[in-house]
Amino acid sequence: MYAFDIERPSSVSEAVEALKNEEAQALSGGQTLIPTLKQRLAAPEKLISLTGISDMKGICEGAGGSVCIGGATTHGEVAEGASAYPALAELASHIGDPAVRNRGTIGGSLANNDPSACYPAAALGSGALIVTNTREIAADDYFEGMFSTALDEGEIITEVRFPVPECANYQKFVQPASRFALVAVFVAKYADGVRVAVTGASEDGVFRWTDAEQALNADFSVDALENLKCSEEGMIEDMHGSAAYRAHLVKVMTKRSVGAC
Amino acid sequence: MPADGGIGASPKRREDVRFLTGKGNYTDDINVRGQAYVHFVRSELAHGHINSIDTGAASAMEGVVRIFTGADFESVGGIPCGWQITDRFGEVMQEPAHPVLAQGKVRHVGDPIAAVVAETYEQARDAAEAIEIDISELPAVIDMKAAVANSDVKVHEDLISNLCYDWGFVEENRDAVDAAIKGAHHVTTLELVNNRLIANPMEPRVAVGDYNSATDDHTLYTTSQNPHVIRLLMGAFVLGIPEHKLRVVSPDVGGGFGTKIFHYAEEAFCTFAAKACGRPVKWTSSRSEAFMSDAHGRDHVTKIELAMDAEGMFQALRTETYANMGAYLSTFAPSVPTWLHGTLMAGNYKTPLIYVNVKAVFTNTVPVDAYRGAGRPEATFQLERVIDKAAREMGIDPIELRRKNFITEFPYATPVAVEYDTGDYHATMDKLSEIADLSGFEARRAQSASNGKLRGLGVNCYIEACGIAPSNLVGQLGARAGLYESATVRVNATGGLVVMTGSHSHGQGHETAFPQVIADMIGIDASMVEIVHGDTAKVPMGMGTYGSRSLAVGGSAMFKATEKIINKAKKIAAHLMEAADSDIELKDGQFSVAGTDKSVAWGDVTLAAYVPHNYPLEDIEPGLEETAFYDPANFTYPSGAYACEVEVDPDTGKVDIKSFAAADDFGNIVNPMIVDGQVHGGIGQGIGQALLEQAVYDSDGQLLSGSYMDYAMPRADDVPYYTVDHSCQTPCTHNPLGVKGCGEAGAIGSPPAVVNAVVDALQRAGHDITHIDMPLSPSKVWSAMNS
Repeated sequence: MYAFDIERPSSVSEAVEALKNEEAQALSGGQTLIPTLKQRLAAPEKLISLTGISDMKGICEGAGGSVCIGGATTHGEVAEGASAYPALAELASHIGDPAVRNRGTIGGSLANNDPSACYPAAALGSGALIVTNTREIAADDYFEGMFSTALDEGEIITEVRFPVPECANYQKFVQPASRFALVAVFVAKYADGVRVAVTGASEDGVFRWTDAEQALNADFSVDALENLKCSEEGMIEDMHGSAAYRAHLVKVMTKRSVGAC
Repeated sequence: MPADGGIGASPKRREDVRFLTGKGNYTDDINVRGQAYVHFVRSELAHGHINSIDTGAASAMEGVVRIFTGADFESVGGIPCGWQITDRFGEVMQEPAHPVLAQGKVRHVGDPIAAVVAETYEQARDAAEAIEIDISELPAVIDMKAAVANSDVKVHEDLISNLCYDWGFVEENRDAVDAAIKGAHHVTTLELVNNRLIANPMEPRVAVGDYNSATDDHTLYTTSQNPHVIRLLMGAFVLGIPEHKLRVVSPDVGGGFGTKIFHYAEEAFCTFAAKACGRPVKWTSSRSEAFMSDAHGRDHVTKIELAMDAEGMFQALRTETYANMGAYLSTFAPSVPTWLHGTLMAGNYKTPLIYVNVKAVFTNTVPVDAYRGAGRPEATFQLERVIDKAAREMGIDPIELRRKNFITEFPYATPVAVEYDTGDYHATMDKLSEIADLSGFEARRAQSASNGKLRGLGVNCYIEACGIAPSNLVGQLGARAGLYESATVRVNATGGLVVMTGSHSHGQGHETAFPQVIADMIGIDASMVEIVHGDTAKVPMGMGTYGSRSLAVGGSAMFKATEKIINKAKKIAAHLMEAADSDIELKDGQFSVAGTDKSVAWGDVTLAAYVPHNYPLEDIEPGLEETAFYDPANFTYPSGAYACEVEVDPDTGKVDIKSFAAADDFGNIVNPMIVDGQVHGGIGQGIGQALLEQAVYDSDGQLLSGSYMDYAMPRADDVPYYTVDHSCQTPCTHNPLGVKGCGEAGAIGSPPAVVNAVVDALQRAGHDITHIDMPLSPSKVWSAMNS
């Protein structure tokens, strides 16, 4: 690890100010950034810790019964505290291991947008609103590909608002070594339609499987998916699975999500 | 029920108190005043010519003590190989040089090129990044068959090819085996890969070199399974330090699994650099370094053919294996695919003709050497897989086919040069059938089917050769070491004992099990016995722990030394009681005169030995301390039968192990709880190999599975609760304890059980699948089902 300075602002405005320094890097739970630093793959001069900002922590009920989660809220806190959205709490309870869940945060995960992470599937699958220090971004506009998001330089996710669906379920098929999602599917059924978000599978990161959404809007049942086939084009191919395997798993996991919904 | 603490009891492991409360003394816990830290600059390329190394800027950086390159080691020896194989044409193997730091070329990703010694570890890393190294990349030699077929690109230019040796065993049988296979009623053929593994002991390797210029004494603290072997190899062959000026200490070592047997360059470096820098030098491997510098295991590509008559009786067996040596010959690498593999190809069966061919190949990968089981898992896997395939082809029940061919009379001389002393393979199979409830399988399968899962049953046997080994025999086979073991038993005046054993514990539980043997022999409490190991300054020259040899060989040395102690103590007791030596009996810690009520306690006799006021000084010396060196007459041959039941998810290909049963014959058993634990751990590693683990290189020689993000270690929820039984006991006939060894059995016997079970599940579901190469990942199983 290279030497760095660390600042621990206590408000969002202080953090935003601190991040104006060109050499500064935001640090949330550090579950990706710290291992990266330890391997000397990044060399920020200054880390701005967001986990001391009390305004960015905690879970509350928002307008229309939505669940609002502060950007610096840990997975463990979501697993324990998001009972108003059981599928989300369940998803959070299976991210990493207890050590990861006690450190890693929802804002950190969404800002990083790892193509195999769990939270992007929940956010996209729920049509969540990503609230930052400057604006509100719809999930559909937020994810821009593997490790890429709509966030501007220095922009901080302060809160994520999840509308609570009639039912939802997340099915994760883990990569045997990392136990990140090899393929995972989040299905949420809202009054105005079904959303199906897939993580782990695509080279473009999390995506909505719109064919499945259409089929499920017409008939929300496992059978409705029977004749669908997810295209293997653009799917990740590595030692843990071919593109065809991942595409196949998208359908299997979607069926299981719907079946459990 | 044996007395608590004696042979057959299961006292809790005394060493676990310190291991589990953070009070162990691991090598990384050792810090020597004034130590500097070393960081190795390792090759990022698999193969290349080193054009230049510029350390100028780096040397001037803050905290740098000294920077070393290969040039600094030109005056010392290379890392030696401890075993020389003679090939099927009578020629000795090709043996390349293995410099401490790369000279001229880099030959695998992770090959150390330079080393920075600095005040702090971070300063060493900073300076390492400032070293400018110019390397011309060469094509990487990765695929073994291609490497042998075409040696245009050679890993070692000074060798004639990439072939280390072409070994035939038994060479005289070659033509007869060919003829038998040609004329057989049925031949089952199977091509398979025994996947490359990385041992991943919990504690990464550590080396601390220290040098006292006033006395010219060198000390190396290292994570080794055999400190005396390191002292001999490094002192005599690398650095030219006489053994009396070199101490090697391996205190608590956090797991070895074979990969800490070998002498590594980092050990020689730290010892050398401590003198060169005039201060202690410490290296602690990172986990990333461990992936690319610890010797890997397995990595065989094999074709096996089994010839049978119409009744399924085995007529002949032929196997051809390509065995990966990696870029250099690690300490015992050449022996693993040959003498530790070919000699086990008879398995538990009366196959009259066997021929084993092994081509060992140099590639631009990390060196490959012994890993838990070492050659025997590779032998067992191919044999038990081909038998399973043969059973299906012949329409014979797999268990029945095995039983038909079992060896039933002992001693049994196999056609591959070993003689099994004892065993009862029907007994272990009977026991397995009982503990695995094999008769209930169909009902369980129906239950699985109703849940949409494909259930399969895999059964296999194994045999292994443990307690390595008779020194004169292994000497003839090319070993450059003896494989005896040593023990000094020191009795204190007040009756307590200290055993200085050449065996080394890196998790095995010697500190608990060894005292049980002595407690039993003398009739005292096991807490009166202390075990000392892992320090060449304290224990007699010993060969260390691997090959399930500690109790069978080290325990036998301790037994012999204790016998000497008892014989001498009886003489003292006879003197104290004014009786004849031959009338003295020892029981429950009391010496008595046969046929009388006269007795003296163990403690009275030990006190007399050190306070010899009333003592037969004219006949025997004072004191009570004896040393024994035990060289085994034969290997030991543990055996067993294993059963695995799996469920395969037809939608995803994921394999869940529903049950695993092991019926082992380890001969006599000292501590059943520790034996259970050894079997559990071994099966866990075998399941890891079968379902999860694989070191993957791409065609450029990059290690793709270079971290836990891609190298899948088995975790608690990957393994079932095990059913293990070791009540079938045919004691070893040639060591005094009648023990056989249990450390590797689980890892040897379990991979074929898992694969047999998965193939069984898929075939029962109508898939025409005869084999899937390990690891049976969900992706591979699904692909096989859908190809």
